[in-house]
Amino acid sequence: MVYFILKRLIQSVFVMLAVALIAFSLFRFVGDPVSQMTGVETSVEDRERLREDLGLNDPFALQFYRFSSDMLRGDFGFSYRTRQPVSEMIATRLPATLELGIVSLIISLLVGIPAGVFTALRPRGFATQAILLTTLVGVSIPTFVIGIVLIFLFGVQLGWLPTFGRGGTTDLGGWTTSFLTVDGWRSLILPALTLGVYQLTLTMRLVRAEMLEVMRSDYIRFATARGIPYRKLHFKHALSNTMIPVITIIGLQFGGVIAFSIVTESVFQWPGMGLLFLESIRFVDIPVMGVYLVVIAFFFVLVNLLVDMLYILIDPRLRVKEAS
Amino acid sequence: MLWRLWDSDGVYAFRHSPAAIIAASVAILILGGALFAPWIAQSNPYDLSSFSLIDGLLPPVWQEFGDPRFPLGTDDQGRDMISAILYGARLSLLIGLSAMVIATVLGVSLGLAAGYYGGRFDAIVMRIADVQLALPAILTALLIDGIARGILPPSSIENLRVVVLTIAIALSLWVNFARTARASTFVERNKEYVQAAMIMGQHPLRVMFIHILPNIMGPLLVIMTVDLASAILLEATLSFLGIGLPADSPSLGTLIRIGMQFLLSGEWWILWVPTLFLVALVVSINILGDFLRDTFNPRLR
Repeated sequence: MVYFILKRLIQSVFVMLAVALIAFSLFRFVGDPVSQMTGVETSVEDRERLREDLGLNDPFALQFYRFSSDMLRGDFGFSYRTRQPVSEMIATRLPATLELGIVSLIISLLVGIPAGVFTALRPRGFATQAILLTTLVGVSIPTFVIGIVLIFLFGVQLGWLPTFGRGGTTDLGGWTTSFLTVDGWRSLILPALTLGVYQLTLTMRLVRAEMLEVMRSDYIRFATARGIPYRKLHFKHALSNTMIPVITIIGLQFGGVIAFSIVTESVFQWPGMGLLFLESIRFVDIPVMGVYLVVIAFFFVLVNLLVDMLYILIDPRLRVKEAS
Repeated sequence: MLWRLWDSDGVYAFRHSPAAIIAASVAILILGGALFAPWIAQSNPYDLSSFSLIDGLLPPVWQEFGDPRFPLGTDDQGRDMISAILYGARLSLLIGLSAMVIATVLGVSLGLAAGYYGGRFDAIVMRIADVQLALPAILTALLIDGIARGILPPSSIENLRVVVLTIAIALSLWVNFARTARASTFVERNKEYVQAAMIMGQHPLRVMFIHILPNIMGPLLVIMTVDLASAILLEATLSFLGIGLPADSPSLGTLIRIGMQFLLSGEWWILWVPTLFLVALVVSINILGDFLRDTFNPRLR
C-alpha cells in the first residue's frame, strides 16, 4: 500500500513539473518580459541590465530551475497589469472559487446519486423517462444560459435571491468565507446551482449506467434469492459496488468544475479565480495566466491523489492484493 | 437508385423517428437562414446606414408599440433582431463548422497514423491527448486565445479574431477524433484486406486513407455532429465571456452578451431571442448526434 501511494506521488510530481514547464514557457516566450516591465523611455542599456539582473540570459534549464524553486517557496512573481504579487492576487480569490466549487459538487452528488439509483431501479417508469429527457436538454444548454435563466427567474422576476457578487463574507484570517452569514449563503445559491447542473447530469447518468450493470450481476440475483430486504440490497450491496467508477469520474470532473467556474463567475460577477483568469487573458497578463494554470493543476493532482487513496478504503480487493 | 437510398437502414430509421425529423428540420431551417442571410434579412447589421436609432428598442410585433417592420423587435441601436440573429448564426456556424473540419482532419490523421504505426509515435500522440483530455476544452481554448494575444501584434489582432477563435476551438476538440480513429484503426489494421494491401506494397498513406478510413467513418461521423454542437457552444461561450468576437461583428454569443445588459430592464427580447435561437440550434444538432449514434452502433439499440 505504501508502494502504491509512493508511485502515485512520484507520478503527481512529474505532472506538476510538466505544467510548471508550460507555465514557464508561457512566461518566457509569449511576449518579452523585459518590455512588459519597462516603459518606452527606458534606455537600451537599462533594458540589458534588467535582462541580466533577471537572469534571462542564463541557460533555459537554470532559468526553469529558478522558476520552479521560487514557486515552491510561494513566490509567484508580479502581475504585469496591477504590479501586485501574483500570490496575493490568487490568495484573495482562491476561497471564493473553492467554496463555490465544493458547494456545487455537493449539490450534484446529493441529487445526482439518488436520481441515478432511482432511474436505474425503475428503468421503464414515467418519472425515469421525464428525468432522462430533462438531463438531455440540460446537457445541451450552455452553462451561461442556465445562469441567465436562473438570474431571470429568481433574481429579476421573483426577486428572491441576489444575482451578483458574494454578499456578506466573514474574514477568517485571510480566508473570506460565505458560509457564516445568511446573506453569503443566499448569494451562493444561484452560482452553485448553475455550476452544479452539468455535473449533476453527468453523475446521474454514470450512477445509472453502473447501477444497471451491477443489478444484472449474479451476486445481486443471489442476494435477492436469500431474501435480503430491498433497501439494504440496493443501497448497500449494489450502490457500494458502483462507487469506484463514480469516484474516479468525480475526481476527473474537478477539472470541469474549475473550467465552468470561469463561466459561472463571469455571469454572476463572482470574485473568484476564474474572473481573475479572464481578466488576465483580456490584458495578456502572462504571469497570472501561468500561475492560474499551476494552481489548477495542483488541485487537480491533489484531488486525484485523494481519489486513489479512497479506492483502498472502498475496495477491499486492493488491500488484499497489496498484502499477498 | 433513389429508391434504394429511401429504403436503406439509416433512412428507414430516420423516417420512423419523429425527434430526428424535427431536429433535422430545425437544423436545416437555421442553416438555410444563416447561409442566405444577405438575401433574407431586411437589413445588414454590419452596415451602419441600414438601420437608425429612431427604431431602437421596439418590442416584438405582438406587444404594444410593436412595429410590423420588425417582427421580433429591435435592439438599442435600432437593428432588426431577425437580421442580427441570421447574421450572427452565419458567423457562429462558419466558425463552428471550420473548427470542426480542422479538428477532424488533424485528429483523424494523427489517430490513423498512431493506430497504423503504433510504437513510439502512438505513445507520444496518446500522452499529449491524455494531458489535453484532463484540461477541459474551454480552458484550452481560453489559453490558446491568450497566447495568440501575446504573440500577435496588437494591430492585426482584431482582423484575426475569427481565425484565432477557430483555431483555438479546433485545437481543443481534436482529441476525440484522434482517440476514436486510433482505436478503430487498431482493429482494422489486422484484418485481411489491410494485410493484403500492405503486402501488395501500397503506400502507407494510401492504405490509411483509401482502405482503412472508409471503414471507420461510422463512429467518426457521430463525433463530427456532437463536436459541431460543442464547437458552436464553445464559440458562443467565449464570445459571451468577451474573449471571442467584438460587438461590431456579433455572433450569437456576442448577441447574448449584449442582451445581458437588458436583463434588468423590460427589453426581454434582446436577450431571449438570440438565446432561444442558440439553444434550438445546439439541441437539434445534439438530437441528430444521438440519432446517428443509435443508428450506426447496433450494439446500443
